[in-house]
Amino acid sequence: MASVISDIRAQFPALNERVYGKKLVYFDNAATSQRLKAVTDLQSKLSVTANANIHRAVHSLSSKATEVYESAREAAAGFISAPGRENVVITSGTTSAINTVAHGFARAILKKGDKVLISEAEHHSNIVSWQLACDMSGAKISVIPVEESGELSLSRVESMLDCNVKILAVAHVSNVLGIENPIAEIISLAHSRNVPVLIDGAQGIVHKQVNVRALDCDFYAFSTHKLYGPTGVGILYGKKEWLDKLPPMLGGGDMVETVTFSKTTFAPVPLKFEAGTPNFLSAAAMTPALEFAAEIRKNKEVIAHESALMEKMEFCLGQIPGLHLAGACSDSRIPLYSFSIDGIHPEDAAQILDKMGVAVRSGLMCAEPIVKKYSEKGLTRVSLLPYNTEEEIDIFADALSKTIKMLS
Amino acid sequence: MEIKEIQNEIIEEFSAFDEWLDKYEYLIDLGKTLPQIDEKKKTEDNLIKGCQSRVWLDCRMEDGLLYFTADSDAIITKGIISLLIRVFNGQKPDDILHSDLSFLETIGLKENLSPTRANGLVSMIKQIMNYSLAYKEKGCQNGREC
Repeated sequence: MASVISDIRAQFPALNERVYGKKLVYFDNAATSQRLKAVTDLQSKLSVTANANIHRAVHSLSSKATEVYESAREAAAGFISAPGRENVVITSGTTSAINTVAHGFARAILKKGDKVLISEAEHHSNIVSWQLACDMSGAKISVIPVEESGELSLSRVESMLDCNVKILAVAHVSNVLGIENPIAEIISLAHSRNVPVLIDGAQGIVHKQVNVRALDCDFYAFSTHKLYGPTGVGILYGKKEWLDKLPPMLGGGDMVETVTFSKTTFAPVPLKFEAGTPNFLSAAAMTPALEFAAEIRKNKEVIAHESALMEKMEFCLGQIPGLHLAGACSDSRIPLYSFSIDGIHPEDAAQILDKMGVAVRSGLMCAEPIVKKYSEKGLTRVSLLPYNTEEEIDIFADALSKTIKMLS
Repeated sequence: MEIKEIQNEIIEEFSAFDEWLDKYEYLIDLGKTLPQIDEKKKTEDNLIKGCQSRVWLDCRMEDGLLYFTADSDAIITKGIISLLIRVFNGQKPDDILHSDLSFLETIGLKENLSPTRANGLVSMIKQIMNYSLAYKEKGCQNGREC
């Protein structure tokens, strides 16, 4: 193991956990990554030194809390190359970010006869939020099928972008397939038909550099708990003209300018979308996580390590008879693999693997339609981050072979 | 045999396993030998929806005693189901309603029964209790001892 990887591992105390007396092999990173020590340190420090409600009071502790919260917003803006702080809404996570946009569209844009275009491989957050928006507005969802290889074909996207489509919402990378969609091309195609685009970046941003200005997406949503950071925090990036246009989903707290019983005027973006007391200490603690993520993805050794992990994982999975990978192996894959094994229920497999110290995800993965396209019973998923090692893949491969033997 | 006696018998059997592996291998064997539910009984009505595995449960009453058949698409769940059926088959509804299921914890299957766990087992136990309650009330209406 390269020394840079052991240095990285040393920053994640959770990786030293033992389960059932065995060394933990944590391969459920796509659900939640382990948390950087600098994040937990900062969270506990701030809960002593800056625990006062933000944006409101004039006293010193409140100013300090506001300052760390707002500087985290700046860090998030920098992380995705957003033009400024007004483009960055701090939410409770990707789900809340997407719901905010969907709700805004339901109230301000969508009408009967309109369409919301999504792909077949979306997470429930990017399906159900639009179903709710359609229920409110009378619009309908159209679904772009994905190819058997797990790829989203541009010609299919193009053929479905008719004049009734009012927004296109797709994942940067599906949480089941692990394959990066050609979002830059999709965005430019949609824009050529005047259709705005929301990107669900929950998985994509963990492994890919994102520059929202270069992509020209209208919205980009992600969570920090998948990105070495705190839970309960997410980012909604939006173009200023869109954020100005959309009404807020929640009312109350600091999101107003003036309130009378007859009319309320809203605070300028981004605060318009941050009703109530935000999860400010956790949000403030995302900064070290974003800095860490930005730094390791530039490191050549880390990049080489990630490729080696993928090569090894693909080799190991390929050796197992009866194992079927959802989606093809290609250059656009991130280290995330969902698979079925003939005659074996994913829940059984995950349960036995757990007993051997290996944490994997099983079931429908909050993406029932795409999972069931590949297997009615659900799938098993392994998802890796650069702090994982080749040795852990060996442990997993050995545990998986034993599991299959036991269950066959 | 009474519910408690059967439970103690199962606890005794499981105490022979030192290793979790042996225990799970036993459960898997039990799962494989669980008498199949009549395919006609695998209806949508009898399906208990868990988050991951699916469980079908059917119940009938004979001479005031309840008999269950069940199936699951996950083998470990099926193994645990076969333990539950062994405990509850041929028992009176009221005895089932008043039974204590802590034997599952004693034999080390607590994690399979956590209400937060995404499987159908917890719902299945609830369904066994629902059947028992329904039959108990039905039995009372018919003037049967219950």
